[in-house]
Amino acid sequence: MAPIGTLHYLVVAAALFILGVIGVLTRRNVVIILMSIELILNAVNLNLVAFSRLWGLHGQVFAIFVITDAAAEAAVGLGILIAFFRNKETVNVDEIDLLKW
Amino acid sequence: MQQAVQPGMQPVATTFFFYLLSGLTLLSGVFVIVRKNPVHSALALIFGLLAQAGLYLMLYAPFVAGVQIILYAGGIMVLFLFVIMLVNLERSQREEQFNKQWLVGLLAAIALGGLFIVVYVKGKNLFPYRIAQPVETNNTQQIGVMLYGQYMFAFEIASLLLLVAIIGAVVMAKKRI
Repeated sequence: MAPIGTLHYLVVAAALFILGVIGVLTRRNVVIILMSIELILNAVNLNLVAFSRLWGLHGQVFAIFVITDAAAEAAVGLGILIAFFRNKETVNVDEIDLLKW
Repeated sequence: MQQAVQPGMQPVATTFFFYLLSGLTLLSGVFVIVRKNPVHSALALIFGLLAQAGLYLMLYAPFVAGVQIILYAGGIMVLFLFVIMLVNLERSQREEQFNKQWLVGLLAAIALGGLFIVVYVKGKNLFPYRIAQPVETNNTQQIGVMLYGQYMFAFEIASLLLLVAIIGAVVMAKKRI
């Protein structure tokens, strides 16, 4: 078996990314869509840290900033969800269509 | 592929741990997008984040692994679980789980996967195998030096972003503004 190189980690990150994209495009529940977005961010982080093994610590610093951003975005997204749920009592994206024609 | 032999710890059973950890990460990713109960999805995501922290440790990034466990699995996912608890999702578990355009979404994701496969097969020689084993004894110190030196501006902007996020989340979740 070939020794574990950078490409192995990139393939794992790509697979995680595609799982996250499927979750965002396919599910109806808003909370699970937000969790799939976290999957996508984690795939990107894995990519960054895998490359930082070759090219220095910049990738790891970027990954820390991505984690910080993910925290802020999760807080705001869940706040929006709570505010919306108070009005309409649903968490399905299909039924959030107040602005449709 | 050459690895500089460092005094001290040597990596043990790299292949086994890589396949174990990445298999667990991908399996929990599948559970996140498939389960009906959002609490199950959140627990699967926590497990996947912990497995990914193990992958970071294999990549000689102990500080990022620690940040991942403390912040991501211990902070963000706890926030998710609290919101799942607040938002009463009992009724939505009995409804249809996948939306109307699930087939188009799945095809689009498979097309993206095909693009990734083409990129990785064609560019296999671009990723060098020269992996000098990085020193991990002062990883945290070096990241600290970079954060407070070269990336100081981004650091301050990130703290401003967190302040804005706190204000936004508190205002939106209040009953009366």
